[in-house]
Amino acid sequence: MLVLRHIQTMTTHPPPRDEAPYWSLPGLAEGARRCGAMVPGTFVFAAAYGTLAAQKGLSLSETVLMSALMFAGSAQLVALEVWTNPLTLATVVSLAVVTGIVNARFILMSATMRPWFGPLPAWQAYGALTTTVDATWLIGMRYRSEGGSDASVYLGAGLALYAVWVFAALPGYLLGALVTDPKRFGFDLVLIIFFAAMFVPLWRGVRRAIGWAVAGLVALAVSYVVPGWWFIVIGALTGSIVGAFIDE
Amino acid sequence: MNDAMPHGALIAIVAMALATLLTRVSGFWLMGHIPMTPRVRRGLEILPGAIMASAIIPIIAKVGVVALIAVVVALLSMIVKRNEFIAVGLALAAASLARAYGL
Repeated sequence: MLVLRHIQTMTTHPPPRDEAPYWSLPGLAEGARRCGAMVPGTFVFAAAYGTLAAQKGLSLSETVLMSALMFAGSAQLVALEVWTNPLTLATVVSLAVVTGIVNARFILMSATMRPWFGPLPAWQAYGALTTTVDATWLIGMRYRSEGGSDASVYLGAGLALYAVWVFAALPGYLLGALVTDPKRFGFDLVLIIFFAAMFVPLWRGVRRAIGWAVAGLVALAVSYVVPGWWFIVIGALTGSIVGAFIDE
Repeated sequence: MNDAMPHGALIAIVAMALATLLTRVSGFWLMGHIPMTPRVRRGLEILPGAIMASAIIPIIAKVGVVALIAVVVALLSMIVKRNEFIAVGLALAAASLARAYGL
């Protein structure tokens, strides 16, 4: 019976046959182009980080180095909250732990990249994954849902936003008051706006939406109980597991 | 534990960078060691939207009505016209308007 149902599922819903991932120069440009909507928001966010870093007493080279090595906006801003001058071993350890917690959502995002990047040689797959941020992952998911397989789009988006992120910390650091109130123009919401926008092309009917609704509600509940950023990870995992057990 | 560390800033930055790197690659690595059964595949297909929903809803609840307006405008704009430039632009405009009116 179970076998029969399995065979039925196999014949009526063949698993999607995605093209093997590949690399191309036009793909790099395409990825950079798809970042366009996020460039102003990223610039303002990075400038705000630079200003805050200057206020916290970081040197210019430390400020830029942190952006260049981490490339993780939320984690860098949270790190500046924890930062002390001078740093003790205890603070350094908490900085690393806090960073891991804030960025825990990247663990799930990189898991979703397995079906696409899985066939690539490991160094290429892991190399491209080191450029992952929320925006480039969202761009990647949308591109993938359109049937695309060019890994360069993911890397191109990552490199473009990386350049903006590292560069824009400079004017923020040097000019200080460049971004006095990012809230006024809604720039504090730009990431969540992008999340919402990129959610729409993923819509494939109600069956998946059950898992998504569970994810959102669990995340909401967790956000009231558990401090920090765990709500994304716990909500998404729960919704995904519930969705996996709803038969097609 | 409580003495100032020599090169503390540099060590902290490298430690945070390594922690970040680990999050960027570990999920991908892990999924390479889990057999891709139909159930796992279904879970993985749902995961992207689940991550998005888990980020959006609690942040709306935390930030309030301005975030709700921005998200609804972005969603509607994408439903009408699949262009993220327009969606982000309209949503930012809606958020600044809402804040200008004291929401």
